[in-house]
Amino acid sequence: MNQNQSFENLSVKSKKNRLVLFKLEYDPHKKSSWWISIVSVFVALILCAIFILINGMNPIEVYTKMFLGAFGSNFGLSETIVKSIPLLLCGLGVAIAYKISIYNIGAEGQFLLGAIGATAVTIFLPNLPGTLYIPIMMIVGIVFGGLWGLFTAIPRTHFQVNELITSLMLNYVALLLLDYFVYGPWRDPAGFNFPGTPEFNDFQLLATVGNSRLHFGLFFALAAVLIFAFLLSKTRWGYELKLLGANPIAAQNAGIQIKKHILLVMLISGGLAGLAGAIEVSGVAGRLMYGISPGYGYTAIIVAWIAKLNPWLMIVASVFIGGLIVGGYSVQTIGLPSSFSEMLQGAILFCLISGEMVSKYRLKKIQA
Amino acid sequence: MELIPLIIVAAISGGTSLLFAILGGILNEKAGVINLGAEGIMLVGAVMSAVTFLQTNSLIYTFFIVLIVAGILGLLHAFLCITLRVNQIVSGLAITLFGSGLSAYIGKSVAGAPIPVSVPKVEISFIEQIPIIGQVLSSLDIFIWLSIALSIILYIYMYKTSWGLHLKAVGDNPATSDATGISVIKYKYFHVIAGSMLMGLAGFYLIMVYSTSWMEGMTSGKGWIAVALVIFARWNPLLAIFAAYFFGGLDSLGFRMQLFEIPIPSYFLKMVPYIATIIALMIIGWKNRHKPSIEPKSLGIPYTREQRF
Repeated sequence: MNQNQSFENLSVKSKKNRLVLFKLEYDPHKKSSWWISIVSVFVALILCAIFILINGMNPIEVYTKMFLGAFGSNFGLSETIVKSIPLLLCGLGVAIAYKISIYNIGAEGQFLLGAIGATAVTIFLPNLPGTLYIPIMMIVGIVFGGLWGLFTAIPRTHFQVNELITSLMLNYVALLLLDYFVYGPWRDPAGFNFPGTPEFNDFQLLATVGNSRLHFGLFFALAAVLIFAFLLSKTRWGYELKLLGANPIAAQNAGIQIKKHILLVMLISGGLAGLAGAIEVSGVAGRLMYGISPGYGYTAIIVAWIAKLNPWLMIVASVFIGGLIVGGYSVQTIGLPSSFSEMLQGAILFCLISGEMVSKYRLKKIQA
Repeated sequence: MELIPLIIVAAISGGTSLLFAILGGILNEKAGVINLGAEGIMLVGAVMSAVTFLQTNSLIYTFFIVLIVAGILGLLHAFLCITLRVNQIVSGLAITLFGSGLSAYIGKSVAGAPIPVSVPKVEISFIEQIPIIGQVLSSLDIFIWLSIALSIILYIYMYKTSWGLHLKAVGDNPATSDATGISVIKYKYFHVIAGSMLMGLAGFYLIMVYSTSWMEGMTSGKGWIAVALVIFARWNPLLAIFAAYFFGGLDSLGFRMQLFEIPIPSYFLKMVPYIATIIALMIIGWKNRHKPSIEPKSLGIPYTREQRF
């Protein structure tokens, strides 16, 4: 099939009254430039500004408030980076699944399971030697998240159930499971009915940088980026994944086992989100509690898309989106709901995907 | 009311908003477009209902505002997926994200406010005499009847008219349809927008009848369940009725079971619809593992007309 498809001819009369034909040509292989992403973000900001104006507020004031809230102070900056850690890890998880065209939108549930797993260690193993806690909590978090990912993969590989549906349903199941534990058997008896487990002891908490809330989970996240980039570009396995993503039928004919890869990739994808959950409870919350995730798993999808699945760009994207979330909190003081940032994220995603597509067209003169 | 009619009525009223959304999903997918924006469109539909009704106090007016707003979101999805040919799944996710943010933003002023609505019920005097059926039928409101009528109309439309055949052709093989002179783009646009309107109605029903006050994220995944139930209903509007009521029943069972003091924590009862959806889909998948899939063959694939000179 011809890949360069022109579907619209425009005829324009030139000065000398000669007919000039232009065609709008679609080239799916044309890479969109980096500035398209920036323009897209600006367009999204302008679109949402219209909604703010309708609501009778000043968009410039709202955006300034958001920006200063996220990046304007040391506190804001450290909060932004703290938020970007789970986004980065979950985003990597989403990205690796998408590399072979598996749409894992269950990172939220896998994140929660990781958090539950890490907390289970503190509850069921109260007498471990102190230094063992963090490694075991992280490993259990990865395992729990990974198994939750497998629950999505197995229906897909063996029962032909679309992974979108399964991974989403499991998000709600995970959320109810979390509610059950924090309102039920794990609730802190000394917590004045607060829906959360008892606070972790010092061995169960990740160390923080100075007095800030910035914790050492950052290094786990950066290490994950490094490993991700290495595995995908330098190993045979990464090559197989690329092949599988580009053309599954050809890959199968070449002897690559699709099912095995899907299972493994979802295990890794869920494991990364699970690690994020384990880091969040031991680095930020210090306990398992109601509402531990403000939707990191869903937001991670945007992070992965903004970064176009590139692990290095994902660092930038996660800090940007982390800033949006923190900025979202700071507009609450002027009477906007914090989910305003969700609306902004949706608009950014719209503009990004359409900008990317629009940039694949070019106007070409075909006759003078 | 006795127990059996009570359960049936609960299943029907719990399932009706799902039914609207499933029908919407069927229309989208028959035209070859996956619409994962269902959850977001439902939320926007619900919040627009709340805001409009509190302002105007008119059910009819609210109904049409919801249709328009949901139609606009559908137009957005159609434009992105059909004209710009972006990834349908990402576009749907963006609509859901945008919709849940937008609905929280719009709904902030009316959150928790009770909506004093009385939805008229249809009274058929001679049927009410029949023991169980009479009790059930007399407690159904007009929107339930509307949803059932829509299912039947859509069934006839899809399977008994030439438009329905064209629609199937567009979903299965747009290139051939195009060659035979069906305007593929128009068909796709029309059905994505109409389907999104039905998803908006799902939100309308949810807030006007089912819970009567706005709460952030009040759909709690019903939009996603509807997307799954489209597969469960095998893209058939009549089967959609059964799918919707079955899962509406499971959903309301969670509440009822608490009344009977069954020693299972309510959190686990609330998981039942989600887990049941997965298991049901797994059973369907297992049973049909050797059969060709009946889903529209171009589902999720953007249509590109080939060079024409």
